[in-house]
Amino acid sequence: MLLFVARRLLYLIPVLIAVSLLTFFIASLLPGDLAYTILGDQATPENVAALRKDMGLDQPVWIRYFGWLGNILQGDFGRSFRTGQTVLQAVTERLPVSFELMILAEIMGLVIGVPLAIVCAARSGSAFDRFMTGSAFAMLSVPAFLSAILLIYLFAVELRWLPATGYVPFTEDPAGNLRFMVLPALTLALAEWPGIMRVLRSDMIATLQEDYIALAKAKGLKASRILFVHALKPSSLTLVTITGINIGRLIGGAVIVETIFALPGIGRLLVGAIYTRDLIILQGVVLLVAAGFVIMNFIVDLLYAVLDPRIRHGHA
Amino acid sequence: MTGNTLLSVEDVVVDLPTPRGNLRAVDHVDLTVGAGQTLGVVGESGCGKTMLSRAILQLLPKKAKLSGRVMFDGQDLLQLPPEKLRKLRGRSLAVVFQDPMTSLNPVLTIGTQLIETLQEHLELNDATATRRSVELLAAVGIPAPEQRLAQYPHQLSGGMRQRVAIAIALSCEPKLLIADEPTTALDVTIQAQILDLLAREQRRRHMAMILITHDLGVVAGRTDEVAVMYAGRVVERAPTPALFKKMRMPYTEALLAALPKLDAAPHTPLPAISGRPPDPTRPLQGCSFSPRCRYAMSRCQREKPGLEAAETSAHQFACFHPIETHADANV
Repeated sequence: MLLFVARRLLYLIPVLIAVSLLTFFIASLLPGDLAYTILGDQATPENVAALRKDMGLDQPVWIRYFGWLGNILQGDFGRSFRTGQTVLQAVTERLPVSFELMILAEIMGLVIGVPLAIVCAARSGSAFDRFMTGSAFAMLSVPAFLSAILLIYLFAVELRWLPATGYVPFTEDPAGNLRFMVLPALTLALAEWPGIMRVLRSDMIATLQEDYIALAKAKGLKASRILFVHALKPSSLTLVTITGINIGRLIGGAVIVETIFALPGIGRLLVGAIYTRDLIILQGVVLLVAAGFVIMNFIVDLLYAVLDPRIRHGHA
Repeated sequence: MTGNTLLSVEDVVVDLPTPRGNLRAVDHVDLTVGAGQTLGVVGESGCGKTMLSRAILQLLPKKAKLSGRVMFDGQDLLQLPPEKLRKLRGRSLAVVFQDPMTSLNPVLTIGTQLIETLQEHLELNDATATRRSVELLAAVGIPAPEQRLAQYPHQLSGGMRQRVAIAIALSCEPKLLIADEPTTALDVTIQAQILDLLAREQRRRHMAMILITHDLGVVAGRTDEVAVMYAGRVVERAPTPALFKKMRMPYTEALLAALPKLDAAPHTPLPAISGRPPDPTRPLQGCSFSPRCRYAMSRCQREKPGLEAAETSAHQFACFHPIETHADANV
């Protein structure tokens, strides 16, 4: 098992290097000169040249890349030229918001999707199964901004149970924080559960055909034990994969949902950085988010091993 | 069988809807097994033996249609409410499947799979159930049983896995064990060991057994009665010694002739049965074996022979031209 973890960790290094390369070069391909952006239209050519020299922009691009990478390895991701905030500060300030949103959305998605998938698989072909599979398909095609607006209309405008927009940190007011978080998380969950349900349902149906399920029935086990102990675990590999991908994606913030519900998360940080051409923030945040995504996938790989002893023992 | 009948299968029909039409997998089968007795069910692949065993266990695919009666220990399993059926399965009615590579759950330990059966049916605490599991594994000939409990199926060989499957089946002292081709997926060197193990445990526990196989050689020394199946029907049924002394159905004879013999001269061609079993979605009007039978007459193509008693009522066969009388019928 330790060897397995070590080997997977080793794979991460080339992936992260590739990510850093892509991030840096895409950012440097953007049109316009950073020095002009910082100094504004009033800048004299001398000022611009001085600033370019100061920031190292007159250096070849690969030297800048290694300088940037060297700084990152020392923990310095750079500093916004607008707000003066470092990338790490900006990210640590926003990350808890996106992270909480991601966790809540994923929990809600799983809470809706997993039981539905199990019931549908156990009764595959029934009217309930067909109705739920159809609903899931319909839900897949509802965009987040639409369900967000519908949820706001229902719970904030009509019923007045929950606030439409806003945010308070969890540390200041846990209950208020959750009230602000419910609708955005639910919006995301509404988009997540159909995928969760469809994947788990079809894997479960395949598992329920297995000989060992027939044997479990022949052993006289209760239906709940057969479904939850014998069938769920071997059917969850794809579920873990898509949950991992969902989580990885949401680490980068949910741009649309954060914007609609006015949540100060990573997504809005990124959008802001793009609008203001704050390249340093943009590069740093994208790199950190990509690293988060890669690490999430690493955790998914580890979960496979937990779920399936054959992977753990190096058989598969 | 005489006296106390444990299981009697009465007029069981299994229909499977397929895209090509209805498939009659089991066609009006009657069988009985007495307490402590062994019934061998023999036939080619696809003759309905496995479907028959699944019908007895009520483990048929959802879309299958089943009719008839399966009387087990005085109750009709087909009429039993699901909860009562569940309490019977694994407790008095156990099964060993063909392929131990797929019949054990790959993500649960051997211990979990044994203990869950014990605790489902018997009121045992964890310590007692664990101790019983170790005893069971030892009884089926698994070395170092304590260590095995924490292992997963993929860490065991095929023969060892089948022993585990047998231990699971035996765990609650069932009255009837259905062994569905228990050695087909195993190495030949292991086959005899597994069959001997089943026979020994059967005698020790006074358990009845249905041994399903495609190998007449397997049933020869190990069963009290044999039922030969062809195209979903029982075509010959007799006490084992009577059957091997004088088989009446040409199919049974052909099956036996198709077995390789050790004393045959090298390069003797095997008298394989020509042709294939009939398409079960297109039932024949006459005897299902007639297209492949070397004794078949025109009557065999027109009418289906019923299962009739021969010299003794225990020996039954379904044939218009049984062996021994074929000489006068064949001209």
